Amino acid sequence: MTLWIRGGDLVDPIKGYIEKQDIIIEDGRISRILPSGVFSEKADRITVIEASGRLIIPGMIDMHVHLREPGYEYKETIETGSMAGVAGGFTGLACMPNTDPTNDNVSVTEFILRQAAKAGKLKVYPIAAITKGRKGESLAEFGDLKKAGAVGVSDDGSPVVNSELMRRALEYARYHELTVISHCEEISLSAEGVMHEGMVSTKIGLKGIPSASEEIMVEREISLARLTGCPVHIAHVSTAGSVNAIRRAKEDGVPVTAETAPHYFTLDHTEVMGYNTNAKINPPLRTAEDVAFIKKGLAEDVIDVIATDHAPHSLLEKNLEFDKAAFGIIGLETALPLTLGLVREGVLTIQTAVKKLTHAPSSILRIDSGVIQEGAIADLAVIDPEFEYTLHEEDIISKGKNTPFIGKKLRGRNILTITEGQIVWSRDSKNIGCR
Amino acid sequence: MKGFNHKDLLGMEQLSVSDIELILDTAESMKEISQRDIKKVPTLRGKSIINFFYEPSTRTRASFEMAAKRLSADTISLSSSGTSMTKGETLIDTAKNLQAMNPDLIVLRHSSSGAPHLLASEVRAGIINAGDGTNEHPTQALLDLFTIKEKKGKLQGLKVAIIGDIKHSRVARSNIIGLKKMGAEVTISGPPTMIPMMSGSLGVNVVNNPSEAIKGKDVIMVLRIQLERQSKLLFPTLREYSTYFGISRETLKNTKEGAIIMHPGPINRGVELASDVADGPFSVILEQVTNGVAVRMALLYLLIGGHKSDVMD
Repeated sequence: MTLWIRGGDLVDPIKGYIEKQDIIIEDGRISRILPSGVFSEKADRITVIEASGRLIIPGMIDMHVHLREPGYEYKETIETGSMAGVAGGFTGLACMPNTDPTNDNVSVTEFILRQAAKAGKLKVYPIAAITKGRKGESLAEFGDLKKAGAVGVSDDGSPVVNSELMRRALEYARYHELTVISHCEEISLSAEGVMHEGMVSTKIGLKGIPSASEEIMVEREISLARLTGCPVHIAHVSTAGSVNAIRRAKEDGVPVTAETAPHYFTLDHTEVMGYNTNAKINPPLRTAEDVAFIKKGLAEDVIDVIATDHAPHSLLEKNLEFDKAAFGIIGLETALPLTLGLVREGVLTIQTAVKKLTHAPSSILRIDSGVIQEGAIADLAVIDPEFEYTLHEEDIISKGKNTPFIGKKLRGRNILTITEGQIVWSRDSKNIGCR
Repeated sequence: MKGFNHKDLLGMEQLSVSDIELILDTAESMKEISQRDIKKVPTLRGKSIINFFYEPSTRTRASFEMAAKRLSADTISLSSSGTSMTKGETLIDTAKNLQAMNPDLIVLRHSSSGAPHLLASEVRAGIINAGDGTNEHPTQALLDLFTIKEKKGKLQGLKVAIIGDIKHSRVARSNIIGLKKMGAEVTISGPPTMIPMMSGSLGVNVVNNPSEAIKGKDVIMVLRIQLERQSKLLFPTLREYSTYFGISRETLKNTKEGAIIMHPGPINRGVELASDVADGPFSVILEQVTNGVAVRMALLYLLIGGHKSDVMD
């Protein structure tokens, strides 16, 4: 089947341009990119996608999601997570290993890849555990995990407390070309904290997690990367201090990369007022000043990637007393409009925004994706950057409905998603016609 | 008559100055009832109140029970150990089951901050917060305001020092909010490990040394050092705490004449408060307990009494 995406504006995150281009897709690959109006095929079996007034971007890659399978299928499955992903404009998801059993061995990695293939919506890139059982005691078998299809390692949800073990993980992972992703938290300092320690926690009597508990660990990972020369990727950066530390490290040439999540550049800790468990996240929503620093970090490329930390939970784990509720919010279906918010604010250009959602995570994970060029695999999304709507719970495709954005106005959304040349999701079938 | 338009009492935060005045005025007439030979009026006959205590409590629980009985309401008391909570039922499920029995009011004491707020959004019955985690304890603050007003004749312009573990104290938080609303000036004091981050946002002065903090104050409120929930990280030993932060007759030398000493109880004698001070002439600690019943009677009456039914819908 041949697809012809006609009349849209192509955003190229690498070359940094936007141009009206038609895209022809054959056999799962982009066969031609040509100026609008040039192509006029009369073939019968050609599907035309009208894209005028829309942007065409590479399929988005989320390098930080929790798909919950195996073990927590009541929260999300690889299939439902895939559907939520393609609805949000993603064609690739890197899933964290805090499943049950933990993804610290070949059989779990292979299972995840099988389930992803069965769902058949997008590509799933397993992140395996750094340590067996994510217990922080001994390294998982990186070589076998890599061979089975893992692209990175992380004990996400908990840090590797033992600094020597973390050092060895960085050294060993580089040899196997696995990206090491660190959840930065000094556990003894965050203790039983449930939200950011500051004005709001003082006001409403909740135990705080100080910014320093993230920053101490960010500084340690930077020190270890400096010591070993091995790259490290910092997950979900939430504080001004972390941004400053990563900026200095990058200036010194330390091989560090970083991501943040849309909620950290959109919301602050006042969202927790009224004990809103849909604003309970780890790391927690910080202050307005931190939000400003995160934006600055994105604008100055201190933060390379926007990833969602999509963390679906059931109502059972959220409709509870605040300190008993689970940490985490979903993000796949809101990442695009929230990131476009930064473009409207003038923080990022559309090209850089798209890069942080596509090419940047692809290159950190060393995966072949995130570009639109002739000959490349056809993973892309057609988006309407201006469409305004209110997010309703019943419109959420993920099994998890735990997001503070329900009831809020969003602007911009994905219209159509193509994975390996197949239309895997379309919001509106009427603009796809056969000629 | 001024109205009290609340379904619940979740915290001092929600009350206006006139709400607080109305509660204190009502408590005055309730106190009179408690001094009669027959300490019972039929005001809340036919109303049912559930006292739901997830955390141990002697004073507050007995006080609510006494208050309800003096107003002729029917009460039952539940604690977490005697309920399905220990069988893993969620707070909301337990509450919905209680709601199905159609009580008028649920009095909740809970170890999680915000638990009464969660309950209030799920059940029709009114909720009184009898202490939630480290958030608020509004009925304690109201009985403290009542006691101060009774002793000093006013609240406006008074200088109050609160000494102890401010950070983990719901009593302190509610009192700070209430006292500020009523125009008093509040100074907090205690070891730096027990002073909350961004105390400035509470609108209080911070003076670490208690002897300094109590200078010129009209009211000195001493908080309980919560041995049961204190981690060893906040201060080295009880002995050292009492030496540097305990209130003794010696510390009180600095204080203004006529200053009163308050404590929400239970007292750790010889730790935060010396025995002779607790039992001394300036202590109003037992009067606080007496007034607690009156203030709670007032609240029960204002929330579910008489012509308030229209507010409940």
